[in-house]
Amino acid sequence: MISINIYRYNPETDEFPYMKEYSVERPEKDIMLLELLNNLKEQDSTISYRRSCREGVCGSDGMNINGKNGLACITPISQAIQNNAIHLRPLPGLPVIRDLVVDMTEFYDQYEKIKPFLQNETEPPAIERLQSPEDRAKLDGLYECILCACCSTSCPSFWWNPDKFVGPAALLQAYRFIADTRDTKTAERLMDLSDPFSVYRCHGIMNCVSSCPKELNPNHAIGEIKSMLLTNRHKQKNLIASDGAGAI
Amino acid sequence: MTESLNASNIKTLEFDALIIGGGGSGMRTSLELAKSGLKTAVVSKVFPTRSHTVSAQGGITCAIASADPDDDWRWHMYDTVKGSDYIGDQDAIEYMCSEGPKAVFELEHMGLPFSRFENGRIYQRPFGGQSKDFGKGGQAARTCAAADRTGHALLHTLYQNNIKEGSNFLNEWFAVELVKNQKQEVTGVIAFSIESGEVAYLKAQATVMATGGAGRIYSSTTNALINTGDGLGMSLRAGFPAQDMEMWQFHPTGIYGAGSLVTEGCRGEGGYLINADGERFMERYAPNAKDLAGRDVVARSMVLEILEGRGCGPKKDHVLLKLDHLGADVLNAKLPGICELSKTFAGVDPVYEPIPVVPTCHYMMGGTPTNIHGQAFTQFNGVDEIIPGLFSVGEAACVSVHGANRLGGNSLLDLVVFGRAAGLHIQGALKSGGGVGASSPEDIDAALQGLNKLNDSTTGFEVAEVKRELQSVMQNYFGVFRRGDFMEKGVAELKVLREKIENLHLKDKSLAFNTSRVEALELQNLFEVAEATAIASLIRTESRGAHARDDFQERDDENWLCHSLYDPTSKTLSKRDVNFEPTQVDTFEPMVRTY
Repeated sequence: MISINIYRYNPETDEFPYMKEYSVERPEKDIMLLELLNNLKEQDSTISYRRSCREGVCGSDGMNINGKNGLACITPISQAIQNNAIHLRPLPGLPVIRDLVVDMTEFYDQYEKIKPFLQNETEPPAIERLQSPEDRAKLDGLYECILCACCSTSCPSFWWNPDKFVGPAALLQAYRFIADTRDTKTAERLMDLSDPFSVYRCHGIMNCVSSCPKELNPNHAIGEIKSMLLTNRHKQKNLIASDGAGAI
Repeated sequence: MTESLNASNIKTLEFDALIIGGGGSGMRTSLELAKSGLKTAVVSKVFPTRSHTVSAQGGITCAIASADPDDDWRWHMYDTVKGSDYIGDQDAIEYMCSEGPKAVFELEHMGLPFSRFENGRIYQRPFGGQSKDFGKGGQAARTCAAADRTGHALLHTLYQNNIKEGSNFLNEWFAVELVKNQKQEVTGVIAFSIESGEVAYLKAQATVMATGGAGRIYSSTTNALINTGDGLGMSLRAGFPAQDMEMWQFHPTGIYGAGSLVTEGCRGEGGYLINADGERFMERYAPNAKDLAGRDVVARSMVLEILEGRGCGPKKDHVLLKLDHLGADVLNAKLPGICELSKTFAGVDPVYEPIPVVPTCHYMMGGTPTNIHGQAFTQFNGVDEIIPGLFSVGEAACVSVHGANRLGGNSLLDLVVFGRAAGLHIQGALKSGGGVGASSPEDIDAALQGLNKLNDSTTGFEVAEVKRELQSVMQNYFGVFRRGDFMEKGVAELKVLREKIENLHLKDKSLAFNTSRVEALELQNLFEVAEATAIASLIRTESRGAHARDDFQERDDENWLCHSLYDPTSKTLSKRDVNFEPTQVDTFEPMVRTY
């Protein structure tokens, strides 16, 4: 038998959340945690969680598994079981709607804030815009993000300032467009991130990297943005200095 | 939802156009409408990027003349007509193939991160059923790809551009039932916010069903858990017909045991299938195209290998997809997602070992019959008649570009071409004063009946149990190979199941994020789709495309070169003419279909 402990909260009936223990037979096959949850829901239909693709590409079932964020559908129970038990909690730092379901509005708001779409005001050609394989390769490790929020909700800086710090997921996407040779708004994108909070609240804690179920590296992207911002500032300073010199 | 819902105690939200479903087709429709200034809402039961389009892998097939500068959309059209086993509508296929390049270039301009050739153009790979020069010029490479994550790239790009254009989303809202008035016009839907449980009448001049497929009628499927045919379920309950519901595609390569899709692009890049003897058996079944024959042909060949005792593993119940000869570099560059999925769900690294695969339910060729503008229709005395207010696009629709068998990469093209077309048409129609009349409170109450019954249930049948029964009936009797006597048994079992479907027990009556309510309603939708599938499969007495019968092994053009139209009220099947009248090319006449 294994003990599955699930964070339960129904706003209509519970004043406070609580952990509920379910004792289940350990499945013979090493099934995924999502399948285990689905089986459990057949016994207790009141357990709520999100799920869709069940293969790690839609990003619905991000949750906190034994203290670490991950996707239930690609976490084998053999990996999740510790001391014969699994503890499941909602992604940390966001308001809980019910059980394992969090309100992701703040997360999505940050995503929208970085203008997550290609901007190029030149007239497009009659065919596609050309891009070399080398330039296209710059998007690898960036575009694959599934918006599961495992990274941002494991980031202490995002917990502190979810309204002002863009967070690793959205910063990864900000860099995805900065790195895209087809996008012409690099300077504006960097300018939008140049305040003290948007990107600089990242202190390289690296929880984002260790929690990403797609093995992406938001920390690296953030580093790139920071160094571009510094180079830009350097350029701006030079510009001011030379203007000043001209005035004398 | 304690007191009974009726027209006077639920709120009404009014829109010009309503799009049910936030996948590829729905978001391509909404993008067109967002630019129009019409008041639009996308109603999606999941956050849009969680829609099943995200799982599409190999690519979007289109004659953009990148891999081959001489490529021609007419060749793509020929392949698609042949792939459909000649019951795809040639006017619609012509529209899709000729408009396709424009739609793909638009996606690229929106930012879709396509893979590239050295010359900077979009990367295209070979896929099944593709040819040059109307089948005479050998294998074509026509599938535009973003590695093996094209669906993900496409869906995210569409969502991003919907943000850019300021589209209005009702995310995590579940549409329950169509509302129609006495003139049989569709005036919107009953829906509820999953988060709060609040029910509303979403009133609209145009209601677009972009609800995707229903692969979950089978127990083994590549489809997401959310693919429950909600739009089709609603329209069947409203008495509107469905077309070609016997045509279900079984994808040759679902991961054995897990069902996850392994893209046809694997075989496009040079992978091939082997049996227990290590034999590349497709050489026997399709000497020319081999592993890149039509999906229906490959799936049947695999099942025959297994039935004849040449399956792999201790149970001899699957075959293997060999990729290791391609080398780690190619696999990591072209098929990174497959390597990941295979390690996670099959426990094998394709760089070293073949992937165990088995034909798995993948795609619904049938759906709500529509014209190329997405307008749904019904038939009255054998004549097509538009259903005012109702539209359908994408997998939920049957326009019909896939006929009896869809070619790989054609579904993503279908989504964007017909999503765009529906958006354009609705814009034009509403701006020129088109629209529908009002529904009365009685009409609205009628649409609330099912939900009220479920909410009021104090006893009844378990959702999970009934779902399992339904899926096993479909899996056992309506799979890759079909037989009249088995299907009759299946239809009879479904008749018994209907009683249970109409008397499900919803134990949890709570409002906030009650997923058990959603699952019960989804099951009811699945059932409608399953029943249509079962009856259509039994009545079509021939083998064509994906519909393969042991008791009628030949294609019968004399009697069945036609669509089937299922009427949910009488539960009967009628025949509808296939369109053989393209406008820019000569008709492709039916021929014997070999690869």
